[in-house]
Amino acid sequence: MSRLKLGLPSKGRLQGQCIAWFHDRGIAIERSGAEREYAGTVSGVDGVDLVLLSASEIPRELAAGRIHLGITGQDLVHETIPGWEGRVSQLAALGFGRADLVIAVPSIWVDVESVEDLDAVAADFRARHGLRLRVATKYHHLVRDFLRKRGVADYRIVDSQGATEGTVKNLTAELIADITSTGETLRANHLRVLEDGLILASEAALFAARAAAWGPEERETLATLCARMGLSEPAL
Amino acid sequence: MLTARAYLPDGRLGAGLARLEAETARILRAFAAAGAEVVEPEALQPADVLLDLYGEDIRARAYVTQDPVAGEMMLRPDFTVPVVRLHMAHGAAPARYAYCGPVWRAQEPGSARPNEYLQAGFELFDAGDPAEADAEVFALMSALVGETGCEIATGDMGILAAVVDGLETAPHRRAALRRHLWRPEAFRRLLRRFGAGHEDATAARATLLAAAERGAEAVGELISWAGEPVGLRDAEDITARALRLAEEAATPPLTATQVAALDEVLSVSGPSQAALARLRGLAPDMPGLTGACDRVEARLEALSRRGIDAGALPFSTSFGRTTLEYYDGFVFGLSAPGRPDLPPLAQGGRYDHVTAVLGGGAGIPAVGAIIRPEALIAAQGGAA
Repeated sequence: MSRLKLGLPSKGRLQGQCIAWFHDRGIAIERSGAEREYAGTVSGVDGVDLVLLSASEIPRELAAGRIHLGITGQDLVHETIPGWEGRVSQLAALGFGRADLVIAVPSIWVDVESVEDLDAVAADFRARHGLRLRVATKYHHLVRDFLRKRGVADYRIVDSQGATEGTVKNLTAELIADITSTGETLRANHLRVLEDGLILASEAALFAARAAAWGPEERETLATLCARMGLSEPAL
Repeated sequence: MLTARAYLPDGRLGAGLARLEAETARILRAFAAAGAEVVEPEALQPADVLLDLYGEDIRARAYVTQDPVAGEMMLRPDFTVPVVRLHMAHGAAPARYAYCGPVWRAQEPGSARPNEYLQAGFELFDAGDPAEADAEVFALMSALVGETGCEIATGDMGILAAVVDGLETAPHRRAALRRHLWRPEAFRRLLRRFGAGHEDATAARATLLAAAERGAEAVGELISWAGEPVGLRDAEDITARALRLAEEAATPPLTATQVAALDEVLSVSGPSQAALARLRGLAPDMPGLTGACDRVEARLEALSRRGIDAGALPFSTSFGRTTLEYYDGFVFGLSAPGRPDLPPLAQGGRYDHVTAVLGGGAGIPAVGAIIRPEALIAAQGGAA
């Protein structure tokens, strides 16, 4: 029998929350073997194989259709899968793993309240410093899309894969776009979120991969799963 | 299919390739007959140069790669910038250049547009009569494409630029509008803002404006209360902008008449002769527009001298206002009728300021255009 592959984060708090979420819906997921072995079983519904993956790899596996279902952050799916709407279908937002992708500027920028201000600032900054206003982020696509739609020109994205809040102090960026939950790290680094600077309010979500092999058996398993969890079946 | 290329299912071998080569040879012969020197710029271009011209958006459209020594590079998304760079480094004016080769553009997911296609182009650098140069390039391209029969679109970015330059308002507003000539949405947003009053300022903005009215020192105090200074953009930058915001707040909004007049200019569309007459009718209230109209008229005359029915050419003030473009004068496009699946077969325009940007201020008037040979064959042969 062809089995449905469900991708879950391989460790950490997010994994625990995923398992609890399924448990609340009558599906038991158990890690098997030794504690460090990345394997497990799904019981409560037949025909599901568990695949444990690094959370950041789940979007890639979904896009390629190597897993049928997967849980990961909406921010990662929107950022890393070009044309994500055509390649995955969101079955449910899970209410945990919340993180907001926001634009933050130095607190001392008393002349900047909104994204619209950034455009004027970018023009002045380029004229005085000979540099495009640098935005440090790892979310290149989301940030570029957002700023383009708001008509901000003369900026430039600089890649920052971590400790992004420190880039302003280190003079490698003038402002940042990053994930925040409480805003404490931003404040500690003398940054402030723009009032209309929310790019994406993200949470963990269950996605189905359109490109996965959806045979009659996998479809049946999906239907059973959805019915059990009270979700409507996605059109795939 | 491995034999497929842009718009041509069998363009990479045999008869399909032979036909394409014959077509590009025909085009290049015509460019040579017009006095062009053939150039072959590098496919890999320094990313900085393209970013400076197009802005960050180009990164979403161009293929970016990292050279361990030279840094960030891009596969050329067009030839204009590479040819301008060649010209600035080695050329003497007037100069005519011809080229043919692939360009690469990343497309949106689901788009049927090719990410690699040929451009055969002609660029003319000439400080002489701009009307003659515009007409020369247009006539050359329409002759090469014309046998297929095509839909013509023309415009002139200089019209809107002249109207903005002549707008009776604060200089900083004219500069802001000028910056967004090519971005219709941002332009409209600015226009709306400059046309509205300042009563809707937030409390924080009102505090800032009140401080700015008291002077730089008061703004400095606000800044020091706001937190610890971080980053390259310092108190001097912030104060300067605060004072400018105060200046903006003290500037009366654009009148409804001014905004309506701008809208009217932007909506002018029709046969060139009629469009010009309408613009002339608007000119008495708009300083600068007369000069821009004179330039359109001179171009129409130059086109007529080349045997083109210039007065009938479709003209629209808004044509050419798209992002990732850099034209600042005459613009045109030639499309295949009934083929929305194909891009314009030829397009081009004047880009005087590009040479100034790339040449560190020292510019030379320039006009150029490209033909898409693959699309042209597809239009002729009906092959999709």
